[in-house]
Amino acid sequence: MTSALDTIIQGIQLGGLYALFAAGLSLVFGIMRLVNLAHGDLIVLAAFLILALVTALGLNPFVAALVAMPLMFAVGWALQFYLLNRTLGTDILPPLLVTFGLSIVIQNGLLEGFSADSRRISVGGLESASLALGPVNVGVMPLLTLASAIAVIVGLNQLFYRTSLGRAFRATSDDPLTAGLMGIQPKRIFAAATGIAMVVVTIAALYLGTRANFDPTIGPARLIYAFEAVIIGGLGSLWGTLFGGIVIGIAQTFGAAINPEWQILAGHLAFLVVLLVRPRGLFPRAVD
Amino acid sequence: MTDFTLSRWKVETRTKASATFAIVAALVILLAFAAPLFVSRSVLQDLFFILTMLVLAQNWNLLAGYAGLVSVGQQAFVGFGAYAMFAFVILAGLDPLAAILLAGIASALLAIPTAFFLFRLQGAYFAIGSWVIAEVVRLVLAQWKMLGGGTGTSLPREAIRDTPELKLVGDLFGVKSSGAGDILTYWLALLLAIATIGLVYRLLRSKQGLGLAAVRDSQEAARSVGVDARRMKTLVYLAAAFGTGLAGALIYVQKARISPDAAFSVVDWTAYVIFIVVIGGIGTIEGPIVGVIVFYILQNLLADYGSWYLLILGLIGIVIMLFAPRGLWGLFAERTGIQLFPVRRRLTGGPLSASKKGEPHG
Repeated sequence: MTSALDTIIQGIQLGGLYALFAAGLSLVFGIMRLVNLAHGDLIVLAAFLILALVTALGLNPFVAALVAMPLMFAVGWALQFYLLNRTLGTDILPPLLVTFGLSIVIQNGLLEGFSADSRRISVGGLESASLALGPVNVGVMPLLTLASAIAVIVGLNQLFYRTSLGRAFRATSDDPLTAGLMGIQPKRIFAAATGIAMVVVTIAALYLGTRANFDPTIGPARLIYAFEAVIIGGLGSLWGTLFGGIVIGIAQTFGAAINPEWQILAGHLAFLVVLLVRPRGLFPRAVD
Repeated sequence: MTDFTLSRWKVETRTKASATFAIVAALVILLAFAAPLFVSRSVLQDLFFILTMLVLAQNWNLLAGYAGLVSVGQQAFVGFGAYAMFAFVILAGLDPLAAILLAGIASALLAIPTAFFLFRLQGAYFAIGSWVIAEVVRLVLAQWKMLGGGTGTSLPREAIRDTPELKLVGDLFGVKSSGAGDILTYWLALLLAIATIGLVYRLLRSKQGLGLAAVRDSQEAARSVGVDARRMKTLVYLAAAFGTGLAGALIYVQKARISPDAAFSVVDWTAYVIFIVVIGGIGTIEGPIVGVIVFYILQNLLADYGSWYLLILGLIGIVIMLFAPRGLWGLFAERTGIQLFPVRRRLTGGPLSASKKGEPHG
C-alpha cells in the first residue's frame, strides 16, 4: 500500500516537472497560436546555460538560474521578434518547419559546444535530502519542483488577469488587428510573451538538470511530454496543464514500477487514452 | 468574327516544356535501368540512397505540401515497414521481395488506427501527435524480443543471399550474390521512385487532386462545393504510409541490420526528408527531386564535419522557409515559368493566347 502511495506521490512530483516544461509551450500557443517544436531543445539549452554558469563562475545552481533568467528572456525576445514573428500567418507550414529547423540547429550546436556526454547540475546535499510526510518520505528537490510549478502557474495567471501586460496578451490573442488599433504592437507583445516563456523554461531547466542526467539530444522527448500535458489538460488552461503533467507523471511512475522499460510507453498510452475519450482534453478552454 | 468554334477549346495541363521533359525523362529512366552495366557498386549504393530518400520525400511532400498534414512522425512507417519486413523474413520465412510488399501493406494497415487518433488533432498538434505515435510504435517494437528487442537483429545470410531472383540477377551480370543484391535493391528503388512520382502526378491531375488542392487552399470553400476534405486527407495519409513503409522495408533489406533507434530515427527519416522537400520546393513534384540532389551534394561536402553538417542543413532550411518558401524549384519556376510536371488546368486552342504565365499549380 505504501509503495502504491509512494508511486503516486513520485508521479505527482514528476508531473510538476512536466507542467513546468509545458507552461511555456501553453503560454506561447495561447497568445500567438504558435507551436514551437524547438521548445524541448530550448529547455536543454537553458540547462546547459545554468551548467556553464555553475562551472565557470562557481555559482550556486539556484543563483545561476536567477542569472540565466534574464539571459533566456533576451534569447526568447530576440528569437520571437527577429525570427518567429516572420513566420506567423494563416499558413501553418512556416512556423512548424522553421521551429523544427531551429530544434535541429540547437541540438547540433549544443553537441558541438558541449559534446554528447551526459551532464548533471549538482545541488550538493539537497539532492538526497528528504522530508517525512506521514507514512512516506518525500525528496526535497521533487517537492521544490512541484511547488515551483504551482508558483509559476499562479504567477502566470496573475500576470494574465491582473496586469496591463496580461490584458495586452489577452487582447492580442483575441484579435491582433483590433489590439493594434488600441496602441498595442502585437509583434512586441509576442516577443515579450516568448521572453516570459523562456523564463519559465529556465526554471524547468534548473529542475531538469538537477533531477537527472541530460545531454543535447533529450530535447524532443521533453517537447513531447510537454505537449501531452497540454493536450490532456485542454488547450488554454494552465491548471489543466498541471493536471495533464501529473497524469503523465503518475502513468510513467506506475509503468516504471511494473517494468522499467514501460515507463515512457505508459505515459504515451495515458495520453492516447485521453485523446480517445476526451479529444479536447479534460479542462478545455480555448476553441481551436 | 473569326472561325471561332467551341470544339477548338481544350482543357490541357501539358506544356511545351513538359512534353520535351517527358522524352528526356524516358531516356533518363532507360539509362538508369541500364546503370548496373556500367557503374561501380559504390555508385549503385549511392544511387540507392538517393532514390529511397526521394521516395520518402515525395511521400512527405504529398502529406505536407498537398494535404496540409505536417507530420514529423513518418519514421513510424519507415520503422514499422522495416520491422514488418524482418518479421516476414525471419519469423515467417518469406522471400524478401514478398516481404517488402507485405510490409508496405502492413504499414498502410497501421495507418488506420493512427489516423483515427491523429485526425483528432489539428495543424501543429497533428505534427507533435504524429511524433508521439512514432515513439509509441518504436517503444512497442523494442519490446519484441524475437526481433532483438532494444538492441535489434540482423537478417540471416541465407535469407537474403540464396533467393532465386538473386541467382538470376547474379547469373545475368556474372556477379556474386552480394553484388546481385545491390543491383536488385537498386532496381527496386528505381521502380519505387518512378511508381511514386507517377502515382503522385496522376493523383494530382485527377479530380481527387483538384479536390486536394482546393482543400489546401481553403478547407471551408472546398467543403462548400462538396469536397470531402477529411476523406481526402485520410486517403493521402494512408497512401503515404504505404509508400513510406515500402521504402522503409526496402532500405532495411539493403542494410540487413535493424535496431529500434535506427529504424525510428527522427533525424534520418524525417528531418532529412523535411529539409530535402523544403530546400527543393514544397508543394511541387520537381521540388523533392531537386532537393534530394542538393542534399546528396551537401552530405558529400560536409560529411566530415559531424554535427556541423546538420546544423548547416537546419540553417539552410530556416533561411529557405523564410525567404523562399517555395524552395529552389519555386525560384526557378517563378523566373522561367517552366513546369516539368504541370498540374494546372489551362484552356487552350481558343482565340485568346493561352501563354500567359501563372503561379505554379494555381
